[in-house]
Order: sequence, then structure tokens, then C-alpha cells
Amino acid sequence: MSHNHDHDHHHHDNELDPFAARVRALETILTQKGLIDPAAIDAIVDTYETKVGPRNGAKVVAKAWSDPAYADWLKRDATAAIASLGFIGRQGEHMQAVFNTPDTHNMVVCTLCSCYPWPVLGLPPVWYKAPPYRSRAVIDPRGVLAEFGVTLSADMKVRVWDSTAELRYLVVPMRPEGADGLGEDQLAELVTRDSMIGTGLARQPA
Amino acid sequence: MNRREDGGDSGVAPEAKVFGEPWQAQAFAMTVAVHERGLFSWGEWAEALSSEVKKPGAAADGHDYYEHWLAALEKLLAGKGLAARQDVDAFAAAWERAAHATPHGKPILLENDPQTRGMAADRTLSAT
Repeated sequence: MSHNHDHDHHHHDNELDPFAARVRALETILTQKGLIDPAAIDAIVDTYETKVGPRNGAKVVAKAWSDPAYADWLKRDATAAIASLGFIGRQGEHMQAVFNTPDTHNMVVCTLCSCYPWPVLGLPPVWYKAPPYRSRAVIDPRGVLAEFGVTLSADMKVRVWDSTAELRYLVVPMRPEGADGLGEDQLAELVTRDSMIGTGLARQPA
Repeated sequence: MNRREDGGDSGVAPEAKVFGEPWQAQAFAMTVAVHERGLFSWGEWAEALSSEVKKPGAAADGHDYYEHWLAALEKLLAGKGLAARQDVDAFAAAWERAAHATPHGKPILLENDPQTRGMAADRTLSAT
């Protein structure tokens, strides 16, 4: 085996995979037509990589746990109540908050594709977008929940909400026992992403 | 359910990685940007994406999600007359040639495509 076979050549190791090349092609065409601005594209990427995520939703839930008037507003007009905390924007234009109660557990799916409330949860996790969850959440929600480590009592009703391009859901998990006296910031730390999709429960306070 | 693929539920900490590769982020952001120019509705987008992700053969672990996303975006843009399939093919080939002609460590620019350079040289020649 030659150990110097490429000494006389350029390093041809800059390869674009076909998907990367097609994305660059689209970007070239749309930029030339003046339909997109590359700087705006970078800003959008930065927003969803670093600025928007489930911390936002956790603040909404913690406030609802702490403030009955806010919880009531969230129940009646989630879009406005969430916007009042500054969480506005794409895919959050029409929100509905669904509250877990001692006898009903709520769970959210998008059977169509991957609709998700970006302003409060960021972009969806891989499993939310994958075929098994999308197909099974409606047919066998308890089986799916068990795989997430959530076991509900047999008399607990499970309600599955199917997101659409128009309407997005935020699950408000039950406030855990023993969280009395915690401030909103401490409460927010108990609220996991999965608890706001309904595939998890809020954490117990330490 | 492969929920461990994304590290499980990291509470509300930022996801380790929102996008697997830079092109996925670019495809996502272009879709958002073109939608915001009013060139398609989000309902149209959801329909386009849905028809891709529900095709048989979609990976159970969801690793090919952005491949479906890109296919949906290409079809929607082609259908709207905003980016014809043959133009995307031609520019994608040019980008691949440009990448190949770019020394390692240097940014890949479309101008590095030898055929584009050749075309520019031809134009210069015919002008003199």
C-alpha cells in the first residue's frame, strides 16, 4: 500500500454530501431571486439553536402553578397569556393549554408531520417527529407512556391532542406534591420538556 | 421509541444539538424565511412535509427527517415556480464541483467551481 499516494495532489477532501449541495443550490437560487437574505437565514438558525427552548414553556407552567388568575387566563386564552411573558412568534400564533388533573392526563402528538409550539418548547425532539410516536400515540397512548417511564393509574383518563398547522398545544403538568413555598424560578426547574408534551410528569422537588 | 437518541428528556436544558448537520439548519431556516415572505402558507407546508414523512420507508428512529423536509421544500418551491428542479440540479452539481476544487480548510465558494470559472473566462474572451 502506497503511503505517499496523494503527495502530488491537492487534498480533495472537501466533499459536500448531496443534501448539503442541494440546500446550497436552493439558497443560491432564492438569494439570486431576492427571495431570501443569507443574513436572515443565519439569524433564524441562531434563534432556534440558542434562544428558543423549553425553558420558556417551563416559565409559563411555573407561573400558572403560582398564580391562579394567570392559570385561568392561560386556560381561556393561552395565546395571549403566553404572549404576555414575551413568548411570541412562529408556530405559536394559536395556542391552547391543556391542564392535567387528578383524573385526566393530556398528551400531544402531530400525526400529520411535526407541528409543535416553537415559542414555548423550541424545535421538537427527534422521537416526536419519528413514525413510531406519530402513529402509536393515538392508538396506544398508555403503551407509549410506559416506554417513557410513565405509568398512570387505570382510572386515569388519557386524552391525546393532535396538533395541526393552525393549533398548537402546551400541556400544563400537575404541580408536584411538596412544592409549596417554592418561587416561580424554582418551580420552573421542576418542569421538563416531556412534561409539557405529556410524555413525562413534572419532577419531584429535591 | 428511541427516545434516548436525543439524550432523553434533558429537563429544560438546551438540547445537545437542535440540528444534526448545518444543512439541516439551513433547510429549516430557508423554509421559515420563504414562508414569512408569504410565498406559501404554513398549511401548505405542513401538507407538503406530511406527504414526504408518511412515505413508506421513513426511518423509525427519525434520522432522515430533514431529508424529507428538504424533499418537501424542493417540491413546494418547484410547484410554485420559485426554484425549478433542473436549476437545483445544476447548482447542486456546481456546488459539488466547487467543494472538490476547494483546498481543505478554505471556505467553499460557488466561484471555485471550475466550470463556472471557465464560463466567466469565456465571457471575458468574447468581450475582448
